[in-house]
Amino acid sequence: MNTPARKPWSQVARRDLQFALLTLALLAAVVLAFPGFAAPGNLAGLLDDTGILVMLALGQMLVILVRGIDLSVAANLALCGMLAALFNRAFPELGVLPVLALSIAAGGLLGAFNGILVWKLRLPPIVVTLGTMSMYRGVIYLLSGGEWVNDNEMSPQFVAFTRAEFLGLTTLSWLALTCAAGFMFFLQRLPLARNFYAAGGNPDAAAYSGIDAGRMQFVAYVVCGAIAGLAGYLWVARFAVAYTDIALGFELQVIAACLIGGVAIGGGVGSVLGVVLGCLFLGIIRSSLPLVGISAFWQMFINGLVILAAVLLSARQQRQPRTTTLEVARE
Amino acid sequence: MQAPLLTLTDIRKSFGGVRALAGVNLELHPGSITALLGENGAGKSTLVKILSGVYQPDSGVIHFNGGATRIASPVAARDLGIGVVHQECLVFDHLTIAENLFVNAHPLRRGMVDWNGLHARAQAVLDELGAGFDAHAPAASLSIAQKHVVQIARALVNDSRLLILDEPTASLSQRECAELFRIARKLRDAGCALLLITHRFEEIYELADRYAVFRDGASVGAGSLAGTSRDELIRMMVGRPVEQLFPKQAVEPGEILLRVDKLGRDGEFDDVSFSLRRGEVLGIYGLVGAGRSELAQVLFGVQGADRGSMTVSGDIALVPEDRQGQGSILPFSVAANIALPNLAALAPRGWMRTRDERELARQWIGALAIKAESPAQPVRNLSGGNQQKVVLAKWLARKPAVLILDEPTKGIDVGAKAAVHQVTSEFAAAGHGVILISSELPEIMAMSDRILVMRRGRLRGEFTRADATSEALLRAASDA
Repeated sequence: MNTPARKPWSQVARRDLQFALLTLALLAAVVLAFPGFAAPGNLAGLLDDTGILVMLALGQMLVILVRGIDLSVAANLALCGMLAALFNRAFPELGVLPVLALSIAAGGLLGAFNGILVWKLRLPPIVVTLGTMSMYRGVIYLLSGGEWVNDNEMSPQFVAFTRAEFLGLTTLSWLALTCAAGFMFFLQRLPLARNFYAAGGNPDAAAYSGIDAGRMQFVAYVVCGAIAGLAGYLWVARFAVAYTDIALGFELQVIAACLIGGVAIGGGVGSVLGVVLGCLFLGIIRSSLPLVGISAFWQMFINGLVILAAVLLSARQQRQPRTTTLEVARE
Repeated sequence: MQAPLLTLTDIRKSFGGVRALAGVNLELHPGSITALLGENGAGKSTLVKILSGVYQPDSGVIHFNGGATRIASPVAARDLGIGVVHQECLVFDHLTIAENLFVNAHPLRRGMVDWNGLHARAQAVLDELGAGFDAHAPAASLSIAQKHVVQIARALVNDSRLLILDEPTASLSQRECAELFRIARKLRDAGCALLLITHRFEEIYELADRYAVFRDGASVGAGSLAGTSRDELIRMMVGRPVEQLFPKQAVEPGEILLRVDKLGRDGEFDDVSFSLRRGEVLGIYGLVGAGRSELAQVLFGVQGADRGSMTVSGDIALVPEDRQGQGSILPFSVAANIALPNLAALAPRGWMRTRDERELARQWIGALAIKAESPAQPVRNLSGGNQQKVVLAKWLARKPAVLILDEPTKGIDVGAKAAVHQVTSEFAAAGHGVILISSELPEIMAMSDRILVMRRGRLRGEFTRADATSEALLRAASDA
């Protein structure tokens, strides 16, 4: 039997489309009430504000895809940010490149530590990263002695790098966009990256296909950690200050963005577009609430509400195929 | 006949002292379908895992296509051309059907996945099989039968020369089976060697031309199916000396304790009617997946029934098959585990004393000869047989009217097994009713006053102790 080679919309693509429309509707509503929100400068600012969230959420998505979770991203970010700031204070003349290399490498190492514990010792990811989350924060304190590194101790290039603009967007925004484009390309086209979906979707079947699900978890943690390391430098440079408690609790926003963006907490399902939209959705809510005159404290409440709504929707979508399979089997 | 594609010589495999394979020999020929037969636990699944590269044999030689070889990993198995259709349908639900065929073996173009080539090849293979579904669709949208076809297609794109079908028809309808057989014959005619694992004799005679029989992890016979009768095959499967371990006491059954009438639960079992009398041990025999454990769960009340009714005078207790997951709480002490279903008796005034709990445990440790250092020892640290005795003790202490035992001696040593049998027999003789679910023929025949046989969710036969033979039971249980 020949079926025409037509590509049906996958469930994930359909969800992404629906969510994109919803995000646009939210944006439109905000713009209708506050036309100034649509000014190019403001939209660019929105992207700059959510850039770090986008990058971290993409890394987190990879980990959740393979049935893990990384609670230590924000601590990793803070530690690498402190490392970058201390390095820059010690060697201000070396410029930004070594700082970038250092923070990415350090972040990757911290991620690898999580990954080794999950892969080789088979410890539950949530416990491992809950532990390293505290450890990494503790190390910051040991490194800095609890002191702040302020902007007057940072070299001008160190601070200027993230804020430099090209075509109206900051370096930070461009990095986030590059990250998203890279993830989109690699997750679709790189054979190794396809194994993330396989290993997370059905580890048993993956084992029979010769995929080591534990190794894929390790790789995911390394990538997630490296991104967190890079984000550490960007965060410190953007706010021009490094101290023990930066980005405290930010890991929960990162995970929230993933869940809102349609990443299945059980693994195997998630798209780059969905995650980016999830971040933008949270960003729009965050930056428009003050305009509407709602206290920032409501933001947490609304974040939570959006997560529950998103999870409810995906749970309903995922329940459908199962029942049909059962009925056929029963026959 | 052509030279064999695969020859196994004296393959052995143990798991921590338990022998799964104790000397297996097997020859598979191109253009031929070999049926592999054996009771539950005969070692068929272990063999499949060795051939698919998941387990490594402890000793023995594998010849494939003329040369001695090692199947070091699933990738090595795939590269040799060994494909498996798994009973549990190992399919990636979230991926498209096309990608399912190429997981970890994506066609590449300049190092990147060649999606156009992948979809074209997938669709070509599916069309060749006459599958009739679109390669772009997600695998989650397929029925179980279609997922089997996807696994066959996966073997085809890997140019498999040996295809293992591991109970592929267990959950298929007649029409779906016919479709699967059509594809299997097509592969055979193309020169593939097929290994068919099934419990259904009609399928064996319909599809296969050769057979191999395993018993207790060893090969006991192989040859051409032509001229080999069902009865001969069954005799090979069960023909072991019956161990005289079962001290069943003769009892005159009393009044009816439990009456089950046309009980059914969707997708699991249906139209089950029987009664159980005081003092009686009622055996329920059947193969894995026949619906016995599901029936036990409904009788016990863990699951609700969709149809039918049951009446019971007194209470029912269930010793489940999974003693570690469902029967006991591993980190709890022996005393706490035994106390669990007896809390009300231990605490008549609303609170309980550790001393009473210990005393109860000591009583049962003595009665069942449980090898535990003290009542405070965690159940996790006991051997499998002693764990099972604890699970048994916690329910016996409650003195239920009806006790259901689901595979009570699976995987435990001979001594513990004898103890379980003795206690069961005494409990029934004391005026309780026992339902014994077991896949082990000698056990069920020696222990039961009456035996019901279940197959695919229905009762297919009832035997008295006198007229139950292993051949008759196995025939009733396996569609023969």
